[in-house]
Amino acid sequence: MLVYFLKRLTSVVLSLIMASIVVFVALEIVPGDPAAYMMGLNADLSAIEALREQMGLNASAIVRYMSWVAGMLHGDFGISYTYKVPVSELIADRLWVSLPLALFALVLSTLIAFPAGIIAAANRNKPADFGIMGVTQLGIAIPNFWFAMLLVFFFAITLRWFSAGGFPGWSAGFFIAMKSLLLPAVALALPQASILARVMRSSLLDTLSEDYVRTARAKGLTRQQTLWRHAVRNALIPVVTIIGLQFSFLLAGAIIIENVFYLPGLGRLVFQGITQRDLITVKSVVMLLVFAVIAITFLVDLAYAVVDPRLRRQSR
Amino acid sequence: MNKPFKTTAFASFLALSAAFSPAFAANTAINVGMVLEPPGLDPTSGAAAAIDEVVYANIFQGLTRFDENGAVLPDLAKSWDISEDGLTYTFHLQTGVKFHDGTDFDAEDVKFSLDRARADDSTNAQKALFADIASVDVVDPATVKITLSKPNGSLLFNLAWGDAAMVAPESAADDATKPVGTGPFKFDEWAKGDHVTMSKFDGYWGTPAKLDKVTFKFISDPTAAFAAVMAGDVDAFPLYPAPETLSQFEADPRFQVIVGSTEGETILAMNNGKAPLNDIRVREAIAHAINRQEIIDGAMFGYGTPIGTHFAPHNPAYVDLTGLSNYDPEKSKELLKEAGLADGLTLSLKLPPPSYARRGGEIVAAQLAKVGITANIENVEWAQWLEGPFKNRDYDLTIVSHTEPMDIGIYGRDDYYFDYHSDEFKKIMADLNNTTDPAKRTELLQAAQKRIAEDFVNVYLFELAKTGVANAKVKGLWKNQPTQANDMSAVYWED
Repeated sequence: MLVYFLKRLTSVVLSLIMASIVVFVALEIVPGDPAAYMMGLNADLSAIEALREQMGLNASAIVRYMSWVAGMLHGDFGISYTYKVPVSELIADRLWVSLPLALFALVLSTLIAFPAGIIAAANRNKPADFGIMGVTQLGIAIPNFWFAMLLVFFFAITLRWFSAGGFPGWSAGFFIAMKSLLLPAVALALPQASILARVMRSSLLDTLSEDYVRTARAKGLTRQQTLWRHAVRNALIPVVTIIGLQFSFLLAGAIIIENVFYLPGLGRLVFQGITQRDLITVKSVVMLLVFAVIAITFLVDLAYAVVDPRLRRQSR
Repeated sequence: MNKPFKTTAFASFLALSAAFSPAFAANTAINVGMVLEPPGLDPTSGAAAAIDEVVYANIFQGLTRFDENGAVLPDLAKSWDISEDGLTYTFHLQTGVKFHDGTDFDAEDVKFSLDRARADDSTNAQKALFADIASVDVVDPATVKITLSKPNGSLLFNLAWGDAAMVAPESAADDATKPVGTGPFKFDEWAKGDHVTMSKFDGYWGTPAKLDKVTFKFISDPTAAFAAVMAGDVDAFPLYPAPETLSQFEADPRFQVIVGSTEGETILAMNNGKAPLNDIRVREAIAHAINRQEIIDGAMFGYGTPIGTHFAPHNPAYVDLTGLSNYDPEKSKELLKEAGLADGLTLSLKLPPPSYARRGGEIVAAQLAKVGITANIENVEWAQWLEGPFKNRDYDLTIVSHTEPMDIGIYGRDDYYFDYHSDEFKKIMADLNNTTDPAKRTELLQAAQKRIAEDFVNVYLFELAKTGVANAKVKGLWKNQPTQANDMSAVYWED
């Protein structure tokens, strides 16, 4: 177990270093001087130069890379060029929208996918299976932003049960805040649930054809009992992998949904940062997302050991 | 496990949503949509238009102000006297004015605000507005004297800008996050990325606002903006970003479409210093090749007013000079022949991101092709546009909307990207600065408009329209956009 853990940890650190270099270099190459952009049409050159000096843009690339990484290591992400407040504050605010939204969507997706996948597998090649597979096919095929627009059109414009978007803040009350996240979470969850349900089904079918399942049936357990006692748990490994990937996607990839519902999340912060050349914000948020993705993958790797007793026993 | 899981989920989802159906908005609150979120809320530091769109006339006020047609009116100064030589302005202030934090507004605050804006280390984006002020002196608590170093007929106009807003020494440093002004609304809350709220200020010195609460919501996506208005989340969207959907709102009795004018002169700029565009006959030929209405219809969904010079048509001093550069392809070909370019020519056409430029550019290129001019379209980002055409004059033709109010003075700047140099025009501008008599000023402004139109400096295409959408019951919104502002002080709900 310890060797397994250390191996994983080394690869986490290496991935983070590689990612920070890629992010830094990519934003160095992007055309457009942030200082010139901030000063507008009529600024004189000395003022732009003074601002560049003030923002520390004149140091060499290596010095700037080092001070950026050093700052991040003790939680200092720098000051946003446009908002003039610490980037960590901006991120913290946005995280309170993005994180609950991602979790909400993940919970919805899992709640839909597990039963759907199990029912489909248990009723293989029967109408229930065809029905569920058909719906999930559709769920994967529909782009989530388009589904989001349909939700807005139906629930916000026609029925007027929900707002078309926006986030009132947690201070407005838990249920009011959750309500404003419901449509976006549903829009995000549908395609994820469809993928997850299909993975659940095929993984279950694979385990159901294993020898030990046949043995269990032979010793007299019913189909249902074998499914619940032996198959489901063993079918979980690929499912947990997918859930991990999905969570990182939901956290980082909700940018389009955030735009459709004009939610103040991390995705929109990056989007805004890119158009306003607020490169320090972009750099730090992207790095944070990279960190989140790597950390989740790491946790998923550890979760394998928990779900799969064989892996646990081997490494002991 | 049973089958109807999805049905159960859906049913509970419906029940949940029914439980939280929105209550109908009280008729004293309004939600206003805006495309961009301001980076801060201090209008005296920062150039972003979105700052003034939130705070101008709502939270902050100046000595003078603009009305919805761009006229300059008294605000915190109720009247003023101007000395014979035009160098001394004595302002008589409103009395009983309080800042939102309860402190009094008096002449000391005026001196503080203006001295702060024009100081050497000031971060005021429009510092040039105050360049001619030599000193600001407090005569008594209700009187301020401004002395100029040279006459400036635009002083009252300049003081109406949001950048000249009155701030208090106690709170000025925090205005970017907690603005404290003298306006009819006081700042409540800013949820970054989502909204800014303000409420009626009970200690307001003037006519109290009719609304109790105003919320500015930031919605950048055009489709989301459409949905927000349709769903009633937003009661007014004064600068509505999806003109292609306006006809839908026009057909719906629940909504009103408000079409007004802005200060955005949209021009096909020409590099006057570069051959063959340094030949006035070539520039005139290009002007006659352009059909303005076709561009307005094709690129702007019909919204926009043709202009013949660099001046806003709603300004009383505007002269209609569109006839001078009417659509006449035959004349255009004739002029090109005279200039020795009968075989045609090739020019670059650089287009920045806004849709007026990208869509308009396609039409301009097609129109130029009909008279034998090949325009090579090149799409550029704003950062590239600033570097290329604007800074290094690396272009032949480009399309840009100049949105600053009364910016005809840029034609007198030698370093500007048009590369236009006219001593006659510069003299008109110098005379204008030395004149305070309104009739005389109008005359000079008209002479300036004619000068640049007759020199065919640029092709003047159209004035950008302000296209807004609002609930049909919302009254008192500004129709035009003489400055970046959403003045909510007179807005109310009709019963």
